[in-house]
Amino acid sequence: MFYIDCPHCGRRPEDEFAYGGQAHVAYPADPSALSDQEWAQYLFYRDNPKGSYRERWVHSAGCRKWFNAVRDTHTYEISSTYLGAPELTDAPEGVTT
Amino acid sequence: MGQRELPEHPSFLWHNPDPKPSYDVVIVGGGGHGLATAYYLAKNHGITNVAVLERGWLAGGNMARNTTIIRSNYLWDESAAIYEHSLKLWEGLEEDLGYDIFFSQRGVLNLAHTLQDVRDSVRRVEANRLNGVDAEWVTPEQVKELCPIINIGQDIRYPVMGGTYQPRAGIAKHDWVAWAYARRASELGVDLIQNCEVTGFTMDGDRVTGVRTNRGDIKAGRVALAAAGHTSTLTEMAGFRVPIQSHPLQALVSELHEIIHPTVVMSNHVHVYVSQAHKGELVMGAGVDTYNGYGQRGSFHVIEHQMSAAVELFPAFARAHLLRTWGGIVDVTLDASPIVGLTPVEGMYIDCGWGTGGFKAVPGAGFALAHTIAHDEPHDLNRPFALDRFVTGALIDEHGAAAVAH
Ligand SMILES: Cc1cc2nc3c(=O)[nH]c(=O)nc-3n(C[C@H](O)[C@H](O)[C@H](O)COP(=O)(O)OP(=O)(O)OC[C@H]3O[C@@H](n4cnc5c(N)ncnc54)[C@H](O)[C@@H]3O)c2cc1C
Ligand SMILES: [Zn+2]
Repeated sequence: MFYIDCPHCGRRPEDEFAYGGQAHVAYPADPSALSDQEWAQYLFYRDNPKGSYRERWVHSAGCRKWFNAVRDTHTYEISSTYLGAPELTDAPEGVTT
Repeated sequence: MGQRELPEHPSFLWHNPDPKPSYDVVIVGGGGHGLATAYYLAKNHGITNVAVLERGWLAGGNMARNTTIIRSNYLWDESAAIYEHSLKLWEGLEEDLGYDIFFSQRGVLNLAHTLQDVRDSVRRVEANRLNGVDAEWVTPEQVKELCPIINIGQDIRYPVMGGTYQPRAGIAKHDWVAWAYARRASELGVDLIQNCEVTGFTMDGDRVTGVRTNRGDIKAGRVALAAAGHTSTLTEMAGFRVPIQSHPLQALVSELHEIIHPTVVMSNHVHVYVSQAHKGELVMGAGVDTYNGYGQRGSFHVIEHQMSAAVELFPAFARAHLLRTWGGIVDVTLDASPIVGLTPVEGMYIDCGWGTGGFKAVPGAGFALAHTIAHDEPHDLNRPFALDRFVTGALIDEHGAAAVAH
């Protein structure tokens, strides 16, 4: 069990949260223009690094809001959490909590 | 079910050679899949100039961390074919490898706890039978006969509504399975090289020509990746992606008890699977931790959740003590089926995505991957499990039959 800093509620135990996978995966701007390859990438492929990962969490047993976290997938250490829409491709500067 | 005597430990298992400058085939990963592939390359295809490179020690990954459940009762024809082929190989494995692996066909019960479970289970039993896989639907009373310590009362949150039973399913001693394959492969001339981490690949255009390792570069005619949870880290170095997410999966054992649990019980709905090892410890698996992780450990609340369900189903477990817990890193695909076959890189093959259920597939996957490497073409058994099914859409959705929700 680790602790996660909800941007709204503060530091809470991991089991209050649910996981949402890779952050900043935007819905395709023009879905009908995608090739099968591109659809496959959007539907089935996500990054899977051993190391720093930007990912989505939802505070399901708390404020029930989604947010982003930067977590190391090897040490499980969370270096920051921040708000931001999924379609943003980069974390906004300075909004970490 | 009698307790089997432990056999004498053989005085010799395998050689520990230094890597040669070049091999016909290099297999990355010395788990069950890598070792079995090396063995079948040598035995079935006469290819013995082979190295298995393992970054840690042989079977130090998922191979000796799993709960050893072996069965073939998957839903779709493609899955039934490869898992059933694997089960048939298990049935002759002690003899083939000349080594005790304690393969015990004590049957596996998959419990149903909801009306939807019941419908899915009956459908799967019928599908299994059409594929020649032994399977039956059993009532709660029959469940109780097969496993007397199960609570089939109505006083629990998810009462048992029946189950599927595969009598030929069972368990084996996982570390011995690895040693058995390693010993035979080594005898046949395969180099098993431990503490050898693959850190990159050498390429000539689209073709792989070798691997870079912490013990120097090694040339290879063909390269097979059998690295389970670490597959993405390797394919990234090779320049392509795989649709895999790596998750911690945990298991635990109790201290030793007299033999009270005669079969294997799995419950997808409440997330318990349990058997009793030959020495008497209760072996239980938990669910995957939902986050991506490479830490070979998961979170304790996952185990707590699993234990509370176990105690409801098996009231006798309430007084058992937890002896040890551990985690492995499993490679999960979105259709809960593996990826075995060719890759975008010429001369490179993958075997991955077995997720929470690839121990049972060790013989079958090794057999099919060896064929794929030897012929540069998939065997009929693994053809449907190609990487390009995620583009064509020909997915093989085994979420209902795979054990652990993911
Ligand atoms: C807790 C748990 C319970 C499970 N229960 C079951 C079960 O009951 N039934 C079932 O069928 N399956 C089960 N599984 C799944 C099964 O264990 C795996 O699917 C299977 O073991 C994967 O194949 P493998 O044995 O080759 O993997 P591994 O043993 O993990 O082998 C991969 C190897 O590759 C090595 N490696 C990685 N990167 C590199 C590199 N760069 N260079 C060199 N070597 C590298 C690793 O060190 C590792 O030894 C379970 C898994 C876990 C974790
Ligand atoms: Zn919150």
